[in-house]
Amino acid sequence: MRRVCIAAVFVAVLAGCASTPEEQEAAGVEDRKPGAKPPTIGAQTQPIKQPPVAGVDLTQRPGGRSILTDPSSPLSKRSIYFDYDRYDVRDEFRPLVEAHARYLRDNASTKMLIQGNTDERGSREYNLALGQRRSEAIKRMLLLLGAREEQVEAVSLGEEKPKATGSTEDAWAQNRRGDILYQGEF
Amino acid sequence: MRLLIAAIALLAAASSATAQLSIEITGAGAQRLPIAIAPFAGEGALPAGISTIVRADLERSGLFRGIEVPPHNPALSEGSSVSFPEWKSRLADALVLGSVAARSDGRYEVRFRLFDIVKQTQLGGVAYTLTPQQVRATAHRISDYVYEKLTGEKGVFSTRIAYVVKRGTRFELQIADADGAGEETALASFEPIISPAWSPDGKRLAYVSFENKKPIVYVHSLVDGKRHVAANFKGSNSAPAWSPDGSRLAVALSRDGGSQLFLVNADGSGLQRLTNSSGIDTEPVFSPDGSSIYFTSDRGGSPQIYRMPARGGDAQRVTFEGTYNVSPRISRDGKSLAYIARNGGKFQVALLDLATKQVITLTDSDKDESPSFAPNGRMILLATVTGGRGILSAVSSDGRVKQRLSVAAGDVREPAWGPFIQ
Repeated sequence: MRRVCIAAVFVAVLAGCASTPEEQEAAGVEDRKPGAKPPTIGAQTQPIKQPPVAGVDLTQRPGGRSILTDPSSPLSKRSIYFDYDRYDVRDEFRPLVEAHARYLRDNASTKMLIQGNTDERGSREYNLALGQRRSEAIKRMLLLLGAREEQVEAVSLGEEKPKATGSTEDAWAQNRRGDILYQGEF
Repeated sequence: MRLLIAAIALLAAASSATAQLSIEITGAGAQRLPIAIAPFAGEGALPAGISTIVRADLERSGLFRGIEVPPHNPALSEGSSVSFPEWKSRLADALVLGSVAARSDGRYEVRFRLFDIVKQTQLGGVAYTLTPQQVRATAHRISDYVYEKLTGEKGVFSTRIAYVVKRGTRFELQIADADGAGEETALASFEPIISPAWSPDGKRLAYVSFENKKPIVYVHSLVDGKRHVAANFKGSNSAPAWSPDGSRLAVALSRDGGSQLFLVNADGSGLQRLTNSSGIDTEPVFSPDGSSIYFTSDRGGSPQIYRMPARGGDAQRVTFEGTYNVSPRISRDGKSLAYIARNGGKFQVALLDLATKQVITLTDSDKDESPSFAPNGRMILLATVTGGRGILSAVSSDGRVKQRLSVAAGDVREPAWGPFIQ
């Protein structure tokens, strides 16, 4: 209920932005026009008639929160990080890959795209190939854990789409990465 | 939707004239031949001074030093008689005299003669007919003539270069004269463009575009802007390299897993697998005679350069020093291999003499990428980073001559030096 209210307020604010001053005046409670009678003290006031609220709940729409995006769900974790010049999935990311493999196994019609990325150092073409090996390493692990070949496509963006800019160890580490995207997200 | 995005990208490819490369010479040859290039009589009628462009061309090569020419009375022209003692006293070893004359058809005629002051002889001369729009092209041809007569090797002043400029979220594949002038945008996109490769006839470019959210190899005709997909298989499609006859492309594809080398006809037909390794094979490049392919592979545990027969077969390792040697490019005479070597965390251009196995490091920068030989083998164009910005740099194959090419407010990368124009 609370969420619906917030969404309604949000919609109302948006509507306000687009509306004209006259319309805003019409929503007023008091009539302050010159010559208007002041409200009589003790008089019965009419209940203000409002149109019904048309709520918009963004949380139920595609792209809203779901088991794939809810931060409390392990499936919301989508990035697997790699060591420099390596394309083997580190042990610490095994539970993450397992969770996604389970989801693919349980949802046979779901499709996934894995994008491999690298840091900026070295050859662009070699990095494109390295990113491909990274996405394929994740794909291979998913298939071993029960996902089916036709559910998963592995591609590479090489060093061309860095998430972190800058030439620091930290930025490089963030960019040596495989990202998992589900249908509708790519 | 995807088609729409691609269409917008192509429409946007039309205009953008703010990106001219400016060239700064940062190192010159040890011995530069002093040459006097007299202002061409009547060249003021043209939109740009031919003698000025010729002098800039020759000086930029690092092999020539222009000598100041004081005003003469009467003014020097192509037909002036040459006083060899005068030019000797000015310490010139060579002299160019020229004239420009308007023709009745609205075009111009430029004539010039080249003299060897030391030997006191005329080396030759040529006359060209041109429109005012052809001034730069004509000047570059004069530079090529002078360069070849005096050095014995072909000049590259009339050639073109391709490169990618990234400005904000916009990527532009541009073509410019070798001196950075006259840039034109062949493709503009909001997705990355990498690895442009010139067809041997200089009329088409193969490149990798991410416009459909993954790397796909295209072939683009520069005259009419028509382009077609040369390789779009499952996974990544990249690293196009033309066969010397222009009929086929070697490419790196991940369609069967990993990154492996394939041959495909330039029209996208006739796919044929070349390598079968368990690791990464990429960055193929044909030897000039078409018999071999050099490429990068991590089959030995670290990325190194290998050579294999162009029809496929056993590969031999070519680089042995260091643990990261990538991006092989072979000189037109087939004798030298330029590549990127990682030296203690720095990525630099190395040159390997294939006969003697001698390796020299040509640059002192630390983020070099994508070396590209000038068609005469004298200079190597490369991408590097300085002050956090991507620029192009050129270095002579002896490491002495250095130039820096940059654009205002943008990153330049992925250079490819085009072939000689017939």
